[in-house]
Amino acid sequence: MTDQNQPLLLEISALNKNFGGLRAVKNFELSIHKGELVGLIGPNGAGKTTVFNLITGIYVASSGTIKFKDQNMVGIPPFEITRTGIARTFQNIRLFPNLTVLDNVRIAYHSHAGYNLLDAIVRTPRFFHHEKELTERAQDFLGVFNLQDRQGEIAKNLPYGEQRRLEIARALAAEPQLLLLDEPAAGMNSKEVVTLMELIHFIRDRFKLTILLIEHQMRVVMGVCEWITVMDFGEVIARGNPAEIQSDPKVVEAYLGRGAAELAKKLSEKRSHVA
Amino acid sequence: MNLKANRSTIGFIGVSLLIIVFVQVLISVGVLSAFWATLISIGAVMGIVSLGLNLIYGFNGQFSLGQWGFYAIGAYTAADVTYRWSQEHSASGLVIVSLVVLLVGGSFLLIRYMLSRIRGLDPLSAFSLYLIGVVIAGFLAVKIGQFIINPVTAMFNILPASLAMQIIFFLAVLLAGALAAEVSFIFGMPVLTLGSDYFGIATLGFTIIVKVLLDNSDVLLGFEEMKGARGMVGIPKLTSWLWVSLFLLAVVIVTRNLLHSSNGRAMISVREDEIAAKAMGIDLAQQKTLTFVLGSFFAGLAGALYAHINGFLHPNTFNFIKSFDPMIIIVFGGLGSVTGTVMAAFAWALVLEGVLRLVLPTGFETWRFVVYPVLLLIMMLLRPKGLFGAFEFPFLRQVLPPLRKSQGSAATTPKPTIAEGD
Repeated sequence: MTDQNQPLLLEISALNKNFGGLRAVKNFELSIHKGELVGLIGPNGAGKTTVFNLITGIYVASSGTIKFKDQNMVGIPPFEITRTGIARTFQNIRLFPNLTVLDNVRIAYHSHAGYNLLDAIVRTPRFFHHEKELTERAQDFLGVFNLQDRQGEIAKNLPYGEQRRLEIARALAAEPQLLLLDEPAAGMNSKEVVTLMELIHFIRDRFKLTILLIEHQMRVVMGVCEWITVMDFGEVIARGNPAEIQSDPKVVEAYLGRGAAELAKKLSEKRSHVA
Repeated sequence: MNLKANRSTIGFIGVSLLIIVFVQVLISVGVLSAFWATLISIGAVMGIVSLGLNLIYGFNGQFSLGQWGFYAIGAYTAADVTYRWSQEHSASGLVIVSLVVLLVGGSFLLIRYMLSRIRGLDPLSAFSLYLIGVVIAGFLAVKIGQFIINPVTAMFNILPASLAMQIIFFLAVLLAGALAAEVSFIFGMPVLTLGSDYFGIATLGFTIIVKVLLDNSDVLLGFEEMKGARGMVGIPKLTSWLWVSLFLLAVVIVTRNLLHSSNGRAMISVREDEIAAKAMGIDLAQQKTLTFVLGSFFAGLAGALYAHINGFLHPNTFNFIKSFDPMIIIVFGGLGSVTGTVMAAFAWALVLEGVLRLVLPTGFETWRFVVYPVLLLIMMLLRPKGLFGAFEFPFLRQVLPPLRKSQGSAATTPKPTIAEGD
């Protein structure tokens, strides 16, 4: 399914993050090859979002390395990490609420707008040229996500599902190679989840992306991801493809507790006896 | 670029110029008395300083009480330059200030360029480097200045006296803005890393420091002509309605052009959500510094213009209590509204300073300071977004670019309905 011959895009090794005495992430390891769609799951408080914040530079790792395109990203400020090709969405949507839909996307182009402050203030031809170009690119993006008719609307007035889509559109406009999605299906109904899953596949193929996904809804994780890494209490407890993860007793234990894990084991044994 | 935008640009500038000329005619004919002519100029000055503050607070979200300090710096800088020319017939002020501005600005650019090649230098070390740059550049400016004061003075003496005065005044205003901007750059570097509330306190401290320094400007700083707490007199009254209104127009256009560009959007995104802005590749420190410096530049310009209205400056004008005036204006006019800021600035000058002063019986002028807060209170209850909210005149409004239907987009979007979910 995945192509192990593809070069490594992201390689995290021995990553640790301490908040005072709390070790939020312990010896975290993760390798992602180009073009893969990887899931990161785990119970609440397992440290998944912390890992995202470490990759994007919002937190600085206590120790360990995060290599992206063979370059260590630890200690580099977030905006530079974004410029090297990592974009993300947030667990609780973080749009620019009072800006229009179009401006939300156009902000992603700021780092390569093609004109400087002086061009903007005196309105040189360069300003008009690049501004037109980036506006059209942003509109194309909105078109892909079927938001083009909403371009003039204030972001906070959009319905929830469209806000999610806009956030993904904005992240993609930053032209990433690696996209981090933090619980994209949170708060969605089952119909919206189906379209979201289609959307994730679609953007991966369309933009030739590598995607790392945090998700609680097992339907999404199992249906979309090729590889899954499971975390609990800041540590990796299992990794493998969806089928392997589903039958891993450690994962069941982490999610449901020890008693339930034993029960599940007995049940599956009983089922195999019957068979 | 496109026709509609062009028409609104020409319309806006045309109408503005018409209003400026109309007011000038009223002043020349004598319909507007000197009292009202002064007030309307003060309104324009307040418009400039408040627009600067609106950039910093309304658009970039940094609560600053330092605007008044930069206003004071601009006022005293420009006043010193023109004072030395008009009273002492020496271009020493002009020469020294312009050399300081140029050399310090140059050293900033140089240090910035060098620092961009070093990664991971902590802000405090960077700050110290800039500070060293300021000291060296300032020292050099004074030393070099000694040699060219006389030739420059001679050069200006060739020109007709009134023309030379106007040129020096114009340069003094620009230099005052630039100096305020440079001070804000060096001051903002450590302070802008603070969170919003702490930033407000730190900038309030700045305003108080400036006021105290001005109180002792003759003893502590060695500028005898500023006369410290006794107040500086003898500044030529050069600020005419034409000067101040043209400066206001220029500031409005610059603000508008900036806001409707990528830089402006980046600036606003910092206000909206800092973490999301970071994640979109926006350098927060750079955006905050840029806005702060530009806002302070406007404050410096406004201060310089103010100094030449009455020809008299007193440190009490720059008391921190007064630093709330621009804050009141932008809250009144609408945070994040250029139109509202300018309108509120004129209203502030004409209604609160003018009409109320005339209407209230003698001895009751101080009641204005009861009327202010009451008005503000009513405002907050009825229209918390300000008089104009987010309203802008057509020229100042962002034009929504038209959608390109069918042609390009159909080819690039194979599955446009993919996300039709809700």
